[in-house]
Amino acid sequence: MQTALFCVLAVVAVASGAAVFVVDSMARATYALALSFVAVGVSLLLLDLAYLGVVTVLMMVMEMAIMAVFMVMFMMNPAGFMPMSMLHGKRAALAVSGGVFLALAALALLVPWPDRRGAAPADPTRAAGEAIMGSKMLVMIGVSAVLFTTIVAALVLAVARGRYGDDESAEHGHREGRGPHNGHGGGHGSHADHGGPGAHAGHGDHGGRIDHARHGTHAASRPEGSGT
Amino acid sequence: MTLELFLLLASALFAVGTYGALSQQSVVMVMMGLELMVNGVIVAAAAFWYFLAPAAPDGQVLVLVVIAAMTVDMAMGFAVVTLLFRAKDADMTDMAAELKR
Amino acid sequence: MTVTGAPVWAVVPAAGVLLALALAAAVLDSVLDTAGIGADGTAQAVRGRRWSRPLAEAARLMRQRGRTTVEPDRLLWRIGTAGPLVAALLMAAVVPVGGTVVADLPVGVVWFNTVDVTLWAALWLAGWGPNSVYPLVGGYRFVAQALGYELPLMFALTAPAVAAESLRVGEVVRAQQGLWFVVWMPVAFVVFLGSVAAFGAWGPFSSPVGRDAAGGVLAEAAGVDRLLLLAGRYALLAAGSGMAVALFLGGGAGPWLPGWLWSLLKTLAVLAVLVVLHRRLPVLRPERIVRIGWLVALPAVLLQVLVVSAVMVAKG
Repeated sequence: MQTALFCVLAVVAVASGAAVFVVDSMARATYALALSFVAVGVSLLLLDLAYLGVVTVLMMVMEMAIMAVFMVMFMMNPAGFMPMSMLHGKRAALAVSGGVFLALAALALLVPWPDRRGAAPADPTRAAGEAIMGSKMLVMIGVSAVLFTTIVAALVLAVARGRYGDDESAEHGHREGRGPHNGHGGGHGSHADHGGPGAHAGHGDHGGRIDHARHGTHAASRPEGSGT
Repeated sequence: MTLELFLLLASALFAVGTYGALSQQSVVMVMMGLELMVNGVIVAAAAFWYFLAPAAPDGQVLVLVVIAAMTVDMAMGFAVVTLLFRAKDADMTDMAAELKR
Repeated sequence: MTVTGAPVWAVVPAAGVLLALALAAAVLDSVLDTAGIGADGTAQAVRGRRWSRPLAEAARLMRQRGRTTVEPDRLLWRIGTAGPLVAALLMAAVVPVGGTVVADLPVGVVWFNTVDVTLWAALWLAGWGPNSVYPLVGGYRFVAQALGYELPLMFALTAPAVAAESLRVGEVVRAQQGLWFVVWMPVAFVVFLGSVAAFGAWGPFSSPVGRDAAGGVLAEAAGVDRLLLLAGRYALLAAGSGMAVALFLGGGAGPWLPGWLWSLLKTLAVLAVLVVLHRRLPVLRPERIVRIGWLVALPAVLLQVLVVSAVMVAKG
C-alpha cells in the first residue's frame, strides 16, 4: 500500500519535474515545479517526517508563487502563445543528464548500504527541534547568518534606488512605490511602457501574456493617472 | 518501500534538474533546474535518515539546511537577474557572457 | 479538555459545518449591507428580504452560464477557482470542535500555515487563468499583500505553539485550561485575526477583489465559478475563526454547555466580529499592507513571542 502510494508520488514528482522544461506557459512551468515539490513533500510524510514534509510544501509553494511573478516578468513568452525554443546545447545536456541519472542510479542500486542503525524516535519533530537547539545549534546559527547576509545582499543588488534616495534610475521609470506616480500601471499613459519590474500585466518589452490586457491596463489607468 | 526506491527517485529528479540547468537559456529557467536538483537532494537526505540512521537527527537537520540553501539560491538568483535586466536588458545566460571575463 | 481524532466519515459533517458557518457569515454580511452593493462593486437588485439574499444569489449563480474569455488557461483557472474552498476545507480538518477533530495531526499548526500559503498560488492562478487584465491585477495584489501578512501570521502561530510546547492543535487547546491564550497573547491574537481577514481578501485586505479593479480576481468569474470563489472566501473566514478559537480562545472550554457547542458559538462570535468590521474599515493598498506588516505587526508579534518564550523558560 505504502509502496504503491510512493510509486504514484514518484511518478508525479518526476513527470511534473520534466513538464517544467516541456510546457510553453511559464505559469504552468512554475506550478508544475510546485507540484513536483508537493509530491516530494508528501513522500517525506511516508518516512514519518511529518514536520519536514509539511514544511517542504510550505516553503516551496511560497517560493513558486514568487517564482511565477519573476517568470512572467522576465520571460519573453510567459503565456506560451508563441511557442519558441529557448534552449542551447540540448543534445549535450540530454547526454550529460542521462549519464548523471545512470551513474546515480547505479550507485543507489549497487552500493551495499549498511543496515539500519537504531529506531526512529517516537516524535521525529521533537528530535529535530532538540537537535537544532542543542547539538546542532551551530549549524543553525551559521544558516541564520547566511540568510541575513542574503537578505542584505539581495536588496543591495536588486533595489534600483541608491543609498542616497532616487538616483539616475528614477528617470528610467523604475521607481517603486514612491512619489505621486505610483498608481497601478504607471501614470504615463503610453503603452510603450518600460516593462521593468513593477509592470503589472506581464512583460512590457517582449509582448507580455496578453496584448489586449496590457492595452487595457493603460487605457484604464489613464483617467486615474494621478498628476499626469 | 526501500532505500533504493527513494534513491532512484532522487537520482531521477536530480538528472531532470541537470538537464534543465544545462539546456535552458533563460536565467530564471536555469534556476528552476537548480531547484529540481535540490529537490532530489531533499529526497535522498530524508531517505538516508529514515533507512540508515533514524536515531540520530543529522538527516533531518541536513534537510532543513538544504531548504535554507534553496531559499538563498532563489533570493540571490532573482536579485542578480533583476540587476542584469536593469543594467542591460539581459535575461539570458548567453547575453551575460562578459561575466566570464 | 482533551482532543481526539475522529473516524474518516467525520469529513462529511465537518464540511457541512464549515459551509453552514460560511453561509451564516454571508447572511450576516448581507443583513448589514444596507446599500445593496456587492463587495465587487456591482449593484445588485435587492430582491426579497436581505437575510435570504445569499441563498438566492447562490441559486442564481448556479443557473447562470459560466463565462469564457479569449484564450484562457482553463486548467490553471479551474485550479485557482476551486483553491479557496478546498484550502478552507483542508484548514478545517485540523480545527477541533469540542473534543473532536477530523485529523489530529502532530504538526497541525504548521499544516494550517501550509494550507494558507497555498492560497498565494490559488488566488494568483484564479487571476492568471482568465487572461484578462482585472483578474490579473487582483492576483498580483493578493501575492503582494501576502508578502506583508504571511510572516506576522507565522509568528502569531508560533506563540501558542511555544506556550503549549506542541504543534498539535489539540495540545494547544489542552494547554489553555485555566487561562486562555488570548489573555496573555493579545498581540498574537490580533495579528492572527488580521491575517485571517487578509488570506480571505476581506475588509481592509480586499483590494485583490477591489471595486477599483472591477472586482479583481472576481471580475471574469461567473456562474458556478463565481459561487465557488465567493463561498471559498466565506469558508476561509470561517475556518480561520475556528482556528482562532482553538489557538487563543480555549477551544471548547466553557461552563454548562457541551464543548462542541462552545466551539461553534465562539467561532460564530469571531466570525461576526470579522464580518461587522468588514464595512467599518477602509481598504488598504497592498504596498501599505506590506509596510504595516513589516514595520508594525512583525516587530510587535516578535516581541509577543519573546514574552511567551520568557514566560515558558521561567516556568521551567
